[in-house]
Amino acid sequence: MWNSIPPLLKGTVVTLELTFLLLVVGLAVGIPLALGQVYGGRGLVLLSSIYEQIFRSIPALVLLFLFFFGSSFIGLNISAFLSAVLALGFRSSAYQSQIFRGAIQSIPQGQMTAARSLGMGKFQAIRHIILPQALRLSLPPWSNEYSSVVKDTSLAYAVGVIELVREGRYIIVRTFEPMIIYITIAVIYFILTYAGNKSLGYLEEKLKVPGFETKGRKE
Amino acid sequence: MSVNQAVTLKVENIHKTYSREEVLKGISFEVKKGETKVIIGPSGTGKSTLLRCVNRLTVPDAGRIWLDGTEITHPRTDINKVRQSIGMVFQDFNLFSHLSALDNVRIGLIKVKKMEKGEATEEAMRQLARVGLEDKAAAYPAELSGGQQQRVSIARALAMGPKLMLFDEPTSALDPELIGEVLEAMRDLAESGMTMVVVSHEMGFARSVCNEIVFIENGVIVEQGPPYLLFEDPQHQRTKQFLCKITELYGKSERK
Amino acid sequence: MSFLKLAYEILPALLKGTVVTLELTACSISLGFVLGIALALGRLYGNRPISAFSNGYIQFFRGTPLLVQLLILYYGLPRYDIRLSSFVAGILGLGLNSAAYQAEYFRGAIQSISRGQVMAARAIGMSRFKTIINIILPQALRIVIPSWSNELIYTLKYSSVAYMIGAPELMAQGKFIAAENFRYFEVFLVVAFIYLVAVLIVSRVLNMVEKRVRIPGLQMAQ
Repeated sequence: MWNSIPPLLKGTVVTLELTFLLLVVGLAVGIPLALGQVYGGRGLVLLSSIYEQIFRSIPALVLLFLFFFGSSFIGLNISAFLSAVLALGFRSSAYQSQIFRGAIQSIPQGQMTAARSLGMGKFQAIRHIILPQALRLSLPPWSNEYSSVVKDTSLAYAVGVIELVREGRYIIVRTFEPMIIYITIAVIYFILTYAGNKSLGYLEEKLKVPGFETKGRKE
Repeated sequence: MSVNQAVTLKVENIHKTYSREEVLKGISFEVKKGETKVIIGPSGTGKSTLLRCVNRLTVPDAGRIWLDGTEITHPRTDINKVRQSIGMVFQDFNLFSHLSALDNVRIGLIKVKKMEKGEATEEAMRQLARVGLEDKAAAYPAELSGGQQQRVSIARALAMGPKLMLFDEPTSALDPELIGEVLEAMRDLAESGMTMVVVSHEMGFARSVCNEIVFIENGVIVEQGPPYLLFEDPQHQRTKQFLCKITELYGKSERK
Repeated sequence: MSFLKLAYEILPALLKGTVVTLELTACSISLGFVLGIALALGRLYGNRPISAFSNGYIQFFRGTPLLVQLLILYYGLPRYDIRLSSFVAGILGLGLNSAAYQAEYFRGAIQSISRGQVMAARAIGMSRFKTIINIILPQALRIVIPSWSNELIYTLKYSSVAYMIGAPELMAQGKFIAAENFRYFEVFLVVAFIYLVAVLIVSRVLNMVEKRVRIPGLQMAQ
């Protein structure tokens, strides 16, 4: 029974790697996307809306398959891990862009107006005035996104990534104790989401500016 | 306002403590049938708490209350039954947002008194007409002004056929122009013989309509008596001070 | 053959799977609805043990992946001689999972109703039970519609995970077809398109329903 711990830990590490990488992809694409939607012209807004609609309407599992099979379809030979990072990462970017867009739009117009009246260019104002506030406001819903993402990495199992669930399957095939193993895996995921949320909550506290309400409650 | 000798409400030695502070320190009084009593006093002296003890929305720490012989504070009393005999009007109106004015007045009749829909509708329309709002029966609370909402809430309370009406600062949340219509409804009610206990700052109303004013400060009754006595010749200095302040702020004469 | 021709040919088979997907979605969201309301009421109005159980349930089902929950039901239970079909396990898993999320939406909606209305209801003699049925729930059910719509769409999408335990829904049909003609990417492109259309249609319908039951002044949670 105790020999199942090392492989499960290996799987957990892979899960965490997946999570981290795809959140980064989501962030890197999501923030510009959000800025495009708030400050961009007609065309940009339309394109990003379509992007969001597509990545939010197609199930994660289908996206995983599309990226996995699609990469070889267009001749690219990438690992299952990488295709999972891309598929789930782009998906997360659609959700993250919505989070950031909401945060940016909840900042009163007056902030931008004041910044411009000091002579700041649009880009400067965004960088120094809008974004710092928006990022703080985004923390609670982003914490939810983190939880979503951690759980979705389990789907990478379907395209062959050797993360936590797959390691669990290998063990079950040997030991025939599916219930115990799966419950253990469930507990591990629970710890991952719980610890992640707590840490982000701690970060929120540290970044708190007195009098500045971080809107939104953690569910 | 003819006053019977029969006692409708008897409040005896009520104590209530909120987070270490005692807000009611032994309040006792009686309200006779047909009487209108107005309770005044500085904010935070537990006046609202006192009213909520009467229909046990708040449970007093000590003391007893009787309505027409039934002890409200007794644990064995069916409080839902008793509450049907006590009407309460709140400062924030508290109309049910998902129901029209008519439904707001009707729902107690249908669901609590188990009346037939037709009968309940008739009675509800009667009460709405009594407060002058029968043409607003289909409107939702959000579509009504503050004064109209408060009048609907009075109709809702009256529809239950109560023996006693409690008013918790009924006009404090209203714009000045709307206060008059509510006070008028309340005055009509008093003159028709309803037994009423009103917490309010509206001195014009108090002077013209009520039988007795009760001045509560720091959780105790400082003084009580008929309006003319309290205004012309108060026993306590504090009473005089408070009444002067209030009259300055809220006016001596009746609001039209 | 061209992509469009392929799409045209495989559509009937895929639609068979889509029907199963819709069945899965409808059954599990209903299960989640009933259980979700019970959990929310238990959490808010129940005594200590009931409230704690509700909370624990909600935390567990929201903190663990749907896939793992399905695997437990489908592969874990047989160890104790309870064998569920993949369809039933799918509904159960999706339903129990959805209940946890729906419970939180209901809780938020119920708590957003002013305490004053509850006081007014009690003041005219309504018992706690009557107050919940006549005053709180009618408003809460309207307030919760936007969140509930989200949940329905979420369930529709995540019904795809039931593929992993063998349910014959859309994904499974897709895999089956692709395994025969080896045109994996294109087949799943059609599958993705079907999901897209389904989600769009459901969103539209829910939007119309929301407009129909709107009451002036009753705030919808965003």
